[in-house]
Amino acid sequence: MTYSTTTSANSRPVARLEAHRIVLIAIGIALAATAAALMRWDWLPNYYALAIEGLWRTVLILIVTCAIGFALAVPLGMAQVTGPIWLSLPAKAFCTVIRGTPLLLQLWLLYYGLGALFPHYPWIRESNLWPLFRQAWPYAILALSLSCAGYEGEVMRGAFAGVPLGQLEAARAFGMSRWKVFRRVWLPQAIHKALPTLAGETVLQLKSMPLVATITVVDLYAVALRVRQDTYVIYEPLLLLAVAYMTLTGVLVWIFNHLEARIPVRVG
Amino acid sequence: MTESLLLPLAQTGVFELLAPTPPGWGGNLLRGFINSMGIGMGAFALGLLIGTGGAYGKLYGGAVLRDLLKVYTTLIRAVPELVLVLLIFFAVPDVINRTLDTLGYRPIDVSGLVAGIAALGLVQGAYATEVLRGAILAVPQGQIEAGRAFGMTPTMLMRRITLPAMLPFAIPGLANLWLVATKNTALLAVVGFNELTLETRQAAGATKAYFTFFMAAGVLYLLLTLISNIFIGRVEHWARRGLPPIAESR
Amino acid sequence: MKILSKMTIAGALLGTWTLVAQAEQVKVGISAEPYPPFSSLDASGKWVGWEIELIGAICSEAKLECIINPVSWDGIIPSLTSKKIDVIMSSMSITKERKKTIGFSDKYYSDSSYVVAGPKGLAMDPTSEGLKGKILGVQVSTNGQIYASKHFGNSLAEIKTYQTQDEANQDLVAGRIDAVLASPITIGQFLNTEQGKACCRKKGTVANDPEIMAPGVGAGLRKGDTELREKINAAIKGIRAKGKYDKITKKYFDFDIYGG
Repeated sequence: MTYSTTTSANSRPVARLEAHRIVLIAIGIALAATAAALMRWDWLPNYYALAIEGLWRTVLILIVTCAIGFALAVPLGMAQVTGPIWLSLPAKAFCTVIRGTPLLLQLWLLYYGLGALFPHYPWIRESNLWPLFRQAWPYAILALSLSCAGYEGEVMRGAFAGVPLGQLEAARAFGMSRWKVFRRVWLPQAIHKALPTLAGETVLQLKSMPLVATITVVDLYAVALRVRQDTYVIYEPLLLLAVAYMTLTGVLVWIFNHLEARIPVRVG
Repeated sequence: MTESLLLPLAQTGVFELLAPTPPGWGGNLLRGFINSMGIGMGAFALGLLIGTGGAYGKLYGGAVLRDLLKVYTTLIRAVPELVLVLLIFFAVPDVINRTLDTLGYRPIDVSGLVAGIAALGLVQGAYATEVLRGAILAVPQGQIEAGRAFGMTPTMLMRRITLPAMLPFAIPGLANLWLVATKNTALLAVVGFNELTLETRQAAGATKAYFTFFMAAGVLYLLLTLISNIFIGRVEHWARRGLPPIAESR
Repeated sequence: MKILSKMTIAGALLGTWTLVAQAEQVKVGISAEPYPPFSSLDASGKWVGWEIELIGAICSEAKLECIINPVSWDGIIPSLTSKKIDVIMSSMSITKERKKTIGFSDKYYSDSSYVVAGPKGLAMDPTSEGLKGKILGVQVSTNGQIYASKHFGNSLAEIKTYQTQDEANQDLVAGRIDAVLASPITIGQFLNTEQGKACCRKKGTVANDPEIMAPGVGAGLRKGDTELREKINAAIKGIRAKGKYDKITKKYFDFDIYGG
């Protein structure tokens, strides 16, 4: 008796359409139908185009900041594992500071903090880069990239440290150069090890995307806010936003699962 | 060059601005910090409560309960915290007061503190459920079976065997959740709750010393994280007593 | 002896109970973002300003026990409808759009025209032509935003919306936007600060649009909350008649902000 209760939790068949699931799905559909019927959706056509633009911007910022973040995370992780102290210490400090403070604060520090310093340095406004600096999105990209680098740098540190030393020694024994060892053995193995965690970090990054709306970047969340401000409809745009983010998260998880499945695992 | 860089900071007088008594805004920052801590602790505690229930429900509950919990953890973890906070922050007082209204009671005042704790606690609960579920699964099943064989009641089994045995596996995840909880309190700035980030912004807006105040708030958050880390290290050491030490590089 | 003390306690309890019952508790919602000189947080953590003093005067006139409740500006109407607060007194203009969702008291001050401010070196007219290709900053959910998108929407390069006027001003100082559009009192306040004097000037008042310009600023209430509305209206009349209104106004402004 005891045996069956302890194991039933893990050995239950998954993804079977049992009777109670059909009921649950029916309840879910009924809830969605009530929401669609009873809540106010008349604003939807007016904001459709804006919402698509916001969605596109959200996805674009996610891709760009994740790419930059990961490119920074590899050296950050490497520096902490094998770097000399004058490299590993700043790298560690950077990761600690980024991970130890709220992203919202980092964002506001960069946007409003730097903005408050501009009037003191007139030459910034005369420089060629001013048209870039005066917009909001470079600050959003910078803050989110640094944040991503901080979190993923920590992940990569663990992943680099986790590659067995024997593998690296074997590669060296084959006469590979240090760079080649890194490129052919160390990095691929570390990424493979870290992939599930990186997927999680990317989902977290996606979920912090709405914060950019607080520094006047018009993303998907900002569009939902605008609907609320224009029409005073509170819950409907937020619910739709939640559904949109759930879909994005689903797509992201699917992509990462696909990626993981493509890496062959050899069992020796 | 350095002189001109430091000029805007020196002009305003960093220490005067951050002084804890009225002409300085340090007192406001500290009050915000205490509010943040209160929300963070409340949300973490609520999250633990939901998490413990959720983990047990997911492992030992009936089929319907398990599916419902799965929906809860999946939904909460897929939607941005800011959106959830906004939804819950407005919805919780609304639902409570509408229910009271229909039952014929006077509406009550749901303070920002309570709504904030509810919002962040529900988010924390979803993550805590997963952390604790994993930790319970990591306990060697033989230990639990042995407990049952000794005729322990389910509560005694939980108190004596499952909880202490799963603690070493749960602490890293829970520690991470605590740090997330403290940082997520910043999101309540967006709904107008006077926690550290909003206090900072108000102080910065009034004095125009944006850089100084955001830096100061950053230092406060960072100190909280670093002190928490020391404390977490101690707790982990205590929870792992009697277990073999973990190798440094995994 | 024991009985006596019990009776006094009961009496004291009854006394406080009647006291509480006399003054009705009302939660007054104000914007959590500073809006000087109407409401802002000072270094000791207290809310101060013209509107805060006015709330005090109105509440004591109407014999209401008021609790000031800061809420984020863009969530202030949802907070009212979800009964988190009972009345909004946060420089909210009486507009048609808002009237669809909430009710208003009589106006308690007027701040209905709009002016444009910009960097002092840059010439610009507060017209569609004069603002061509410029980036304009406005506070979100205000008539200024509606006015800007209706009249200047086609010629401006961009309208940037901010949670508070203060942030818009900050970005004007930083040079991230070319102009801000807001009510004369708000702009005047900003241009009088050291920062405002150093960077920017008033560029003129925009053309009148009776469709958008509000009859004034009133207290926002839930629709159907007539009892509270009547009390507040009577209190506004009362403090104006008794001179309390002018006394408070003199402390902050050198002109009458009630308007005609």
